[in-house]
Amino acid sequence: MSTLRALAKAQALAAGVAQPVATVRHLHLSERPLVLVPLAMAGEANAPLAALVGTAPDRPRLLVVPQPRNRDQRYRFAAELAEEVLPYLDSFRDATEAVPVDRGRDVRHRYLDAPQLLVPNPAGITFLRLFGRSTRFRRSDGEYPVHPSVPLLGRWLTFFAERAEQPGSAALVALTEALTLHWATGQSAVEDLHLPALLGWIDPPPGSTGAAAAARAEDPTGCPPAGPATDPDFDNRHLAPAIAAYAAAADDPEARAGAYAELAALLRDQLAPTWELMWRGVGLLRALPPGARVAGRWDGDRDAFTGYAEHVDPGGGPQPRRDGAVAAAVRLHRLERAAASYAVQRAYDDPLVMAEHRLTGEAFVGEVTLADPTRVDDSGKRPVLRPRIQVVTTEPVLVPVGASLHSPARPGQKAKVVFVTPGADGKTEVVLELSGGMGRGLTAPQGSVPEVGERLCLTTLSDAFLPAGAFPAAEETPWTHGGPPVTAVPAADGDPAEEWS
Amino acid sequence: MTDIAHRLAEIRGGLPPRRHNARTVAALTGNPGCTRRAVLDGAGVDKPKLAERIGFPARFGQSRFAITRGNAFEAQVKAGGGAELLRLVAERLGVPVPATASWTDLGGDADRPERSRTALTAAGEGAALFDHPLLGLDVAGRRVHLEPDLVAARLAGRFHVVEIKSFPVIDGQADPAKVSAAAIQSAVYVLALRELLAAGGRDPELVSHEVVLVCPRDFTNRPVASLLDVRRQLLVLRRQLDRMDRLDDLLATVPAGFTADVTADPATLTAALGTVPARYAPECLASCELAYFCRWEAHGQTAALGRSVREALGGVAEIGEVLALATGERTPEPGQDEAAALLRAAARLRADALAASSG
Repeated sequence: MSTLRALAKAQALAAGVAQPVATVRHLHLSERPLVLVPLAMAGEANAPLAALVGTAPDRPRLLVVPQPRNRDQRYRFAAELAEEVLPYLDSFRDATEAVPVDRGRDVRHRYLDAPQLLVPNPAGITFLRLFGRSTRFRRSDGEYPVHPSVPLLGRWLTFFAERAEQPGSAALVALTEALTLHWATGQSAVEDLHLPALLGWIDPPPGSTGAAAAARAEDPTGCPPAGPATDPDFDNRHLAPAIAAYAAAADDPEARAGAYAELAALLRDQLAPTWELMWRGVGLLRALPPGARVAGRWDGDRDAFTGYAEHVDPGGGPQPRRDGAVAAAVRLHRLERAAASYAVQRAYDDPLVMAEHRLTGEAFVGEVTLADPTRVDDSGKRPVLRPRIQVVTTEPVLVPVGASLHSPARPGQKAKVVFVTPGADGKTEVVLELSGGMGRGLTAPQGSVPEVGERLCLTTLSDAFLPAGAFPAAEETPWTHGGPPVTAVPAADGDPAEEWS
Repeated sequence: MTDIAHRLAEIRGGLPPRRHNARTVAALTGNPGCTRRAVLDGAGVDKPKLAERIGFPARFGQSRFAITRGNAFEAQVKAGGGAELLRLVAERLGVPVPATASWTDLGGDADRPERSRTALTAAGEGAALFDHPLLGLDVAGRRVHLEPDLVAARLAGRFHVVEIKSFPVIDGQADPAKVSAAAIQSAVYVLALRELLAAGGRDPELVSHEVVLVCPRDFTNRPVASLLDVRRQLLVLRRQLDRMDRLDDLLATVPAGFTADVTADPATLTAALGTVPARYAPECLASCELAYFCRWEAHGQTAALGRSVREALGGVAEIGEVLALATGERTPEPGQDEAAALLRAAARLRADALAASSG
């Protein structure tokens, strides 16, 4: 945890209400997200119990599994969930835009907008990941057939769960994580995982403090958990009798309908408070202005959505159970690049995030006191424009001479440190030589070189394009990584070894 | 009755000590620096009752669905005289599956300790499975009986503790928190089984440090066996048990007249608990019944927000002190200069950025 964030937590505790740790919103929020609040049955391997799902606050659909141990009912739930999710995904597949690729020599199409799934917490993402795993290999023929929409739902849920691993993606978002990205509470990170308590700190009811609201939110009888795990007391006292009553009413349609209605009402009561909180949380986030680079990251999500839709359309197979060595290395590389770029972009977008880097000496802010925008370096074969500026700062400067710095105000420009002169008055003079972002001529266009008097933030963080690493093809996996896969797994289609009782 | 035992009985207020089981012994290894916990657990105080008495009830309910599922899976794995279990364990250990194996159910009778000792220390070499053995371990000078519903398997001359859990292993991966809880519990059994063999004059190293974890595979009910190396857990466990054996050192720091008698007046109890220092961290909420009380007591401490928060704030203990140092209202004490400078810089940068965005 950064000191700045820890300090915000201390201030939140003293103030009795959460404190901002961001001045802009760092994730894209869809105008029409699909909110999903799942519940799972205790003790079972990711057995769905119920869910509230929908795109509008006033129209949630309740899905219920009256006997979660029954696998047929589990897949019926999957088919019902698919009825909500798949049409939602399809609704984004109307309009496309052309994107130039290969330096404008070619063009590809991507959807103008993409779907966004919102769940309460990281455990909700895990639930969807495992639910995707349990459904994507199912088949609509052979033994244990399921509805054709079930494996398709499984593939899409797996796609979203994999996107959620990518830093900066907003395709599948856990609301607790989105909120703690923007606010620091006066409680620990463990307690922040509880959505009602977290929102209690961020937006306490009038006349109450965050601490009091969070304490109230901890009592499961007054405030049901945000799932997927249920409150054990609720299980024992209410859910178990209701499920037993449903089972006992096996042959009597009337009794069965009554028992079902009772069970559904019980589960709705557990889910509805979380449903309300989800939309309240979304409202709080929407009130923040989006960061400048948020739309660029959402483009990545739109690309991924388009790409996977193109994979699924011609009947593309499910994602494998485990990555092979090469695929795993590629995935890790992609995630690392995304993490690095996400950290830089957030700092560029948000002075409060940049402040964390200023505290650790990776950035400083100073005032331009001298500028020579016309300086030309003619020591090489041909003269090049290399303006110099001098920045005076009161902050510690830890960067060495020769280092390349960047400024969020002019991300395409590089500033090489030429001299660092600490003054007696605690101020430091830094002379920088600029290159890039000034056109091709020997005269810098207006505004491309900082002027005297401008306050400038300079940082070692760079948002420059990082070329992707080169990886061998799967059949050329080096022996250090197990060699080429012995049998080219037939796209891991189906899972005949899996038995369904 | 020794002095120590007498003192511990006094702390309990004359009530019988709460019985430990593998789960509570395993829980002792969490937060080893907490004196309050060591004393209360050492004395065998009924912590759930104590927490309820002082108005901070613990929330460690277990869903009956989870219990039913656990029992059903265990019964299924052990069905048929353990033939399926034996095959799973042998295959996982990489030894030939024995054609026959004896199955000894050590549960039920009154002379279980005796029967368990005889059966497990007997010189036999053939493949054997021992169900429900009764094992013992000394915790804080008291004998704790462990009644694992697990099986000890003797294969190729060595014993392996087999732990049956009902959480799934999906594509070779399981919930890490559940695996580590299973590992520390199994380590308790390994330790107890080793002591049993040593007491019977046999080599304790006959008990492998690798335990076999049997879980449902993927989303099915079919069992799959995995190996867990519990050497690290054994070390941690032994260190904590040794520490509890030296309870007299700890008790010396506890004021005379300290009581955790669950029948005493709540105000008295709260005051008494305040005299024995705790080391609250947010992780306690998941493992200690008294955590909600300690959290309330630690209000205003940086560590209550998490150890990483405290470290990021330069190790300053109190929130009030942090804020006073950050604003410069308070002059740093010797040794605090660096932390104070960091906090002041952080406060200035934070105020700057917030002012810029709102202005």
